[in-house]
Amino acid sequence: MTVLRWLLGRLAAAALVAWVVATVVFFALRAAGGDPSEAILGGPGSQASEEAMARVRAEYALDEPLVVQYLLQLARTVTFQLGDSYARRRPVAELVGDQLGGTFALAALGLLLAWLLALAVATAAVRARGPVARQAVGLLRAGEVVASVTPHFWLGAVLIAVFAGGVGWLPATSSDNSLRSLLLPAITLAVPVAGFLGQVMRDGLEEAHTAPFATTARTRGASEGWVLWRHSLRHAALPAIALSGWAFGSLLSGAVVVETLFGRPGLGRLLVDATHSRDVPLVIGVVLVIALGYVAVMTVADVLERVLDPRLRERVEAVGTPGGEVVA
Amino acid sequence: MTQVLALAARRRDAARAAASRWLRTLGPGGAVSAAVVVLVLVAALWPTLLAPGDPTAVVPAQAYTPPSPAAVLGTDASGRDVYTRVVHGAGQSLGVGAAATAIGLSLGVVLGFGAALGPRRLDAVLSRVVEVLFALPSLVLALLLVAVLGAGVGPSVVAVGLATAPGYARILRARARAVVQSPYVRAARLEGVSAPVAFVRHVVPNTVWPLIAVATLGVGQAIVWVSALSYLGLGALPPSPEWGAMLNAGRLHITTAWWLTVAPGLAITVTAAALTFLGRRLNAVAPA
Repeated sequence: MTVLRWLLGRLAAAALVAWVVATVVFFALRAAGGDPSEAILGGPGSQASEEAMARVRAEYALDEPLVVQYLLQLARTVTFQLGDSYARRRPVAELVGDQLGGTFALAALGLLLAWLLALAVATAAVRARGPVARQAVGLLRAGEVVASVTPHFWLGAVLIAVFAGGVGWLPATSSDNSLRSLLLPAITLAVPVAGFLGQVMRDGLEEAHTAPFATTARTRGASEGWVLWRHSLRHAALPAIALSGWAFGSLLSGAVVVETLFGRPGLGRLLVDATHSRDVPLVIGVVLVIALGYVAVMTVADVLERVLDPRLRERVEAVGTPGGEVVA
Repeated sequence: MTQVLALAARRRDAARAAASRWLRTLGPGGAVSAAVVVLVLVAALWPTLLAPGDPTAVVPAQAYTPPSPAAVLGTDASGRDVYTRVVHGAGQSLGVGAAATAIGLSLGVVLGFGAALGPRRLDAVLSRVVEVLFALPSLVLALLLVAVLGAGVGPSVVAVGLATAPGYARILRARARAVVQSPYVRAARLEGVSAPVAFVRHVVPNTVWPLIAVATLGVGQAIVWVSALSYLGLGALPPSPEWGAMLNAGRLHITTAWWLTVAPGLAITVTAAALTFLGRRLNAVAPA
């Protein structure tokens, strides 16, 4: 029963996302001024033909009262009738579907690298002994903050200059999903996220490593490594997993920039191109898919948290997306 | 005479004590960050103080000069001095970051106070909406708005501002709820202080401090996002020395003229990092 309620809650969250996207677009289109049908077809500079505008007016029911228009748009968005991209003259769903795989591969590898990096940093910080090592940890903390604010577009450019232009180990542009061409974009995506995850994980690990249960394990003769692996890590991983849903969203945000930078096809690049040509139906489609992907990842993170933390299994919340206390 | 001197000495001692108290509060990291922020502010307000040259002076013969003593950070495609342009771009970059934060903050304040103090049903609705908006990555939400509003500096600032509002609303709601239920506000209400007066006198002052800290953090992030839009060619455009626009101009020359990318990128990163450190310090020392 509770599982069913929880699932319904997730579905409600997904529907809510669609509602918000539809509403934001609806009001922004009207706030932009001018003829909405022209705005949908690329704004004032696009010189859309009369018949194209008439078609859009019919499709979006722009001659109906505003309330009807709004409800119709809502219905279309929630039922995934995304329409055609006017600039590419192809169904939006098809265009988005084509790009899904590449971006997913990139974001997944980025998240994996971010986790590995954050884990390495956090465990190194906890195991640091002696004054010099503690000083190094202080620097590491500063490094985490700097990493977390480093813009993707700059980091990626520097990586290209060094690894593609300088030593020539990796390609500067990537179009396929081979590891070689995914590596530089994925690292670019991973570093800022690792900065965030590293801070959270290190805090959690430091706390867990001095907790009574860790001391108990040590008095029983467990080695530091075993305590870390068996006891502390699980506690430190929890907040980081909760944050991973948010991190995935940030990776998708980053994909927008990184795909443009590396000339890689994908959802982010599609979004940028569609924004440039003010292809509103296509933009809505991409944003919707990204937002729903975010909800899906949040759900997975939620399940993982419950698997790892027995304390959470008892109480199941109905609706809601747990978010980290990150300033966004 | 001696009285005047004694007074001056006392003033000086008081100023020193205040300065050292501030330094202690900030810590070494905070002090360095504060220094960086002050430097960026100077560059923004009086750019000629740091770079007397003209950021738009075109010297075609000196295009793509690598960094040298004459041009510390090299020159760009039109032979313009990159250092001068970075300094002169500080005003616009900081300005757009601050403007976007101001927009996000004001909307966040309205939503947050509305949710925290309004009827419970309003709170439920606003909290859900904020949660969902929070679910949309800020840059993606900003792109959605730019697609509808059109490209340019104005729309990109508005878009980033709107995209950051949910974050502020969340923080403010939590804080305002805690303050409203605190003993001192309850005591004031029991003494017969009306709700609006209690709001102005007690709730606002006690929620503002955390907001200042958060906004300091936010300006750094906003600078990164607005410059991301400029980098994508949807915000400020290349002749402008805005840092994101400079990066956009250097984008295609990354392997041949790295300094075009490194200089403005470093400026963004260092400014954002300094604002973030400072915001955290302010948050850590905030009166609870």
